[in-house]
Amino acid sequence: MKAAPFEYFVADSIDEVTTGLADSGEEATIIAGGQTLVPLMAMRLARPALLIDVNGIGDLQGIDLLAGGVRIKACTRQSDALKSTIIGERLPLLAKALPYVGHAQTRNRGTVGGSIALGDPAAEIPLVATALDARITLVKKGNSRELSIHGFYQGPMMTSREPDECITEILFPQWQGEGRRGTGFQEVSLRHGDFAIVAAAAQISVGEDGVCARASVALGGVSGTPFRISAAEDALRGTMIDDPALRAVANAVDQAVDPQSDLHASASYRRRVAKVLVERVIREAAREAANHAAGDAP
Amino acid sequence: MSEKRRVSLAVNGTAYEETIETRLTLADFLRHQLGLTGTHLGCEHGVCGACTVLVDGYSVRSCLMLAVQAGGSDITTVEGIAPSKDELHPLQEAFRDNHGLQCGFCTPGMLTTLVEFLRDNPSPTERDVREAISGNLCRCTGYQGIVDAALDAAQRLKGQDRTAGPDGGESP
Repeated sequence: MKAAPFEYFVADSIDEVTTGLADSGEEATIIAGGQTLVPLMAMRLARPALLIDVNGIGDLQGIDLLAGGVRIKACTRQSDALKSTIIGERLPLLAKALPYVGHAQTRNRGTVGGSIALGDPAAEIPLVATALDARITLVKKGNSRELSIHGFYQGPMMTSREPDECITEILFPQWQGEGRRGTGFQEVSLRHGDFAIVAAAAQISVGEDGVCARASVALGGVSGTPFRISAAEDALRGTMIDDPALRAVANAVDQAVDPQSDLHASASYRRRVAKVLVERVIREAAREAANHAAGDAP
Repeated sequence: MSEKRRVSLAVNGTAYEETIETRLTLADFLRHQLGLTGTHLGCEHGVCGACTVLVDGYSVRSCLMLAVQAGGSDITTVEGIAPSKDELHPLQEAFRDNHGLQCGFCTPGMLTTLVEFLRDNPSPTERDVREAISGNLCRCTGYQGIVDAALDAAQRLKGQDRTAGPDGGESP
């Protein structure tokens, strides 16, 4: 037997989850896909007294196109998100990132909300959520609140979620207005499916004249949390996304990152890779925007 | 004393109803409780892929799932992918013919992973196959034989579809 003993409760509704959390506080842990929690329990790094299983709750599953954006319910499997035509058409940046999330076998269990809740600094879903200004709905007994992804992550694996709160859905807002859109996602890892050493994401919008109207650039794996590089975004806006603009972006990335060395890569390697990947994702996004018809999704 | 539950599930077409501890993983349940030791355990924390089984047709790492969570599910292990006791699955034949295994430890996970992959991707490229088995670690073959076997199996499965399909005319 690998895990320490625990009480096991299969919740049938969000109400049952929040009641269970309210009654048990930090002794309770939600299990969704379990792709991180089960090994932590097997190694006894996690010893929850109560496991609340949310896999059977219909209200926690599904992907919907709303007026304000795409809503992904928290317990939606990563593999279902990858197959979703709504995400393919409306959230191409997420669609590009999902194949990098673990492997087919873990995506079949792992959930979108679980990845958001865990907050691994190298994880792809939190990175895309950061790039797209996602909003997270947290529910607790008798109360609910919506938080911006910005500020949700306080450090590696640390979030603003209270122990008695359950993440129920994540809203990825759609960019409004005219313009040609393009996205780019790239990462460097030891092998496909491994944790990213550095991951970069970009989404841009350019006018009919080819001038960049809006840009979002984010990095993962180089800091305790995924983060936006606003100086790089400023350096792109109003330009033709040409070589001088990309040099300014590279400078902005250089200033913004403060990576750590670890077993897998040195700080200076991460810094260099971050600059290269940001340039690549912006070029990828610009190429895509140039080929897109105006007003197309995303 | 750890909590126990009664679960019913089907494994390789056989229905089981068992009383198990809630902390038992699906992998240990299959091996210890049911004696289905074809599912191998390498790392037991979700890295090596050897314990992959199909849960309702989807590949899952059985060391990362609690057995109680599989209640009501239909599970296929490596013991259940061949059509009968006397025949191999075309994927298994392709592994044998292409030297897709040496020690055989990773093979159950490779096969179950590729059963799902080839069902969803009947005409994969070599790159697709390498990505599909990226979560399965092999320490003997250098993967070359496994990739060849998967590509060969894709051809064999397509041939099978043609003879067995409605257009083939010759269904058994």
